[in-house]
Amino acid sequence: MSACLTVWGLLPVLLLGAVATAEITAGAFVLAALIGMTLAVAQRLHWYPLRIAIAIYVDVFRAVPVLTQLFIIYFGLTEIGIRLDPLPSAIVGFGINGGAYLTEVFRAGLESIHQGQMEAAQMLGMTRLTALRIVILPQAVRVVLPPLGNFAIGLLKDTALASAVAAPELMFRARTLVDKTFLATQIFTTAAAIYLAMSLPLGYLTRQAEARFSRGRR
Amino acid sequence: MTSGPTGEPAPAVLVEVIGLTKRFGEIDVLKEVDLSVRVGEKVAIIGPSGSGKTTLLRCIAHLERPTSGHVAIGGERIGEKLVNARWREMSDREIARIRTGIGMVFQRFNLFPHLTALENVMLGPTRVLKYSRAEAEPLARGLLRKVGLAHKAADYPEKLSGGQQQRVAIARSLAMQPRLMLFDEATSALDPELIGEVLNVMRDLARDGMTMLVVTHEMKFAEDVADRVVFMDHGRIVEEGRPHELFRSPSHPRTQAFLRAVVDRQAMTETPAS
Repeated sequence: MSACLTVWGLLPVLLLGAVATAEITAGAFVLAALIGMTLAVAQRLHWYPLRIAIAIYVDVFRAVPVLTQLFIIYFGLTEIGIRLDPLPSAIVGFGINGGAYLTEVFRAGLESIHQGQMEAAQMLGMTRLTALRIVILPQAVRVVLPPLGNFAIGLLKDTALASAVAAPELMFRARTLVDKTFLATQIFTTAAAIYLAMSLPLGYLTRQAEARFSRGRR
Repeated sequence: MTSGPTGEPAPAVLVEVIGLTKRFGEIDVLKEVDLSVRVGEKVAIIGPSGSGKTTLLRCIAHLERPTSGHVAIGGERIGEKLVNARWREMSDREIARIRTGIGMVFQRFNLFPHLTALENVMLGPTRVLKYSRAEAEPLARGLLRKVGLAHKAADYPEKLSGGQQQRVAIARSLAMQPRLMLFDEATSALDPELIGEVLNVMRDLARDGMTMLVVTHEMKFAEDVADRVVFMDHGRIVEEGRPHELFRSPSHPRTQAFLRAVVDRQAMTETPAS
């Protein structure tokens, strides 16, 4: 009973952590989506040096654990004079890492759109870039929404790793509290419940977005 | 300059294809094709599948890059330009500018499925010609009316029949006010009962004086509408002439064989209906 009350008392601290978790997730998601979308479009412009650079980025950042990347950004960059706080470090780290995955996701999305759409747009006098932006990308977004939703939920959970660079997110707060109170079961279960409460709406939002983007489609 | 029978100067050449060769891998799909089309002229291109008709049209639109030879639209080469007395490849932007003057209608319609019929027609004027919505909408509605689909403006392509989709696609091309329209087997993907409505729109367009290059299997349409029929086979123009001459008395054996096969098939499909 008293343990329950204690956890209740600790809840505000955990929720504060949840806010940081949400910030890292949202920030990294936006960054990753922007990177993924931009690079996937750039890949289709038939400019070889750029295509090779993008391929290297994707391969390298997918192949190195995100924790390692976080350490490099948080600890490593200080040596060359770039000092980022834990929260921005986490956003940049997850964003760049996620960007590599989303480049592939968006590439698959763009490739799923029939070549005839590009040609029809070009015959209206659009350049390839304009056609990609105005005609192809909006259709591709609909295709990539399910994997994008998956990515967002995965990202939300992975942000727990940011505790390793002292970002004051949910798991960081939870562990700090457990160190003080030794209420491991109660606190970690509460943290789990908070993660669940954040992930489930994400799944719902994805389905809403899919419905919205499906206009004109069966 | 040549002159017509009345002594008036013949209209200027709009499309000039010179020595056009297109190779895919080991196969020459087009071999040294020459063709010129005058302003206002309607040219039908017929021939067996694989004869290079579609590739010719796609090269004219520069959707395919010629292996050798070139295409000029209104005197300007599409795809290459003269820089310091040497022919250089054009930028995407320059090609896009030339394409604004060319409308193309595809076999598979290629309407944008995420946009309504009206939005499909408005997209070119608003995004390329930089018209305001207030300018583009009446234009688009007018064109939908012209193709008989004013009442379908708010529908998405999937709600439309193939014939309706193709008419929207024609309206979409016309919205750019092109001086040349290319039709790539515009009715080949349609159910037989929907072909007529699309051909009628094309007939209207021909009557309005549009310069048209039409790849088609509709021999009746070619005969009625075209000023000139071009028969292609194995990547070459085998024979060309006025429709009634080419259809009534083709001189080349390949043309004769092709027309016989097509007329037999069309006669067979038409008999039960009449």
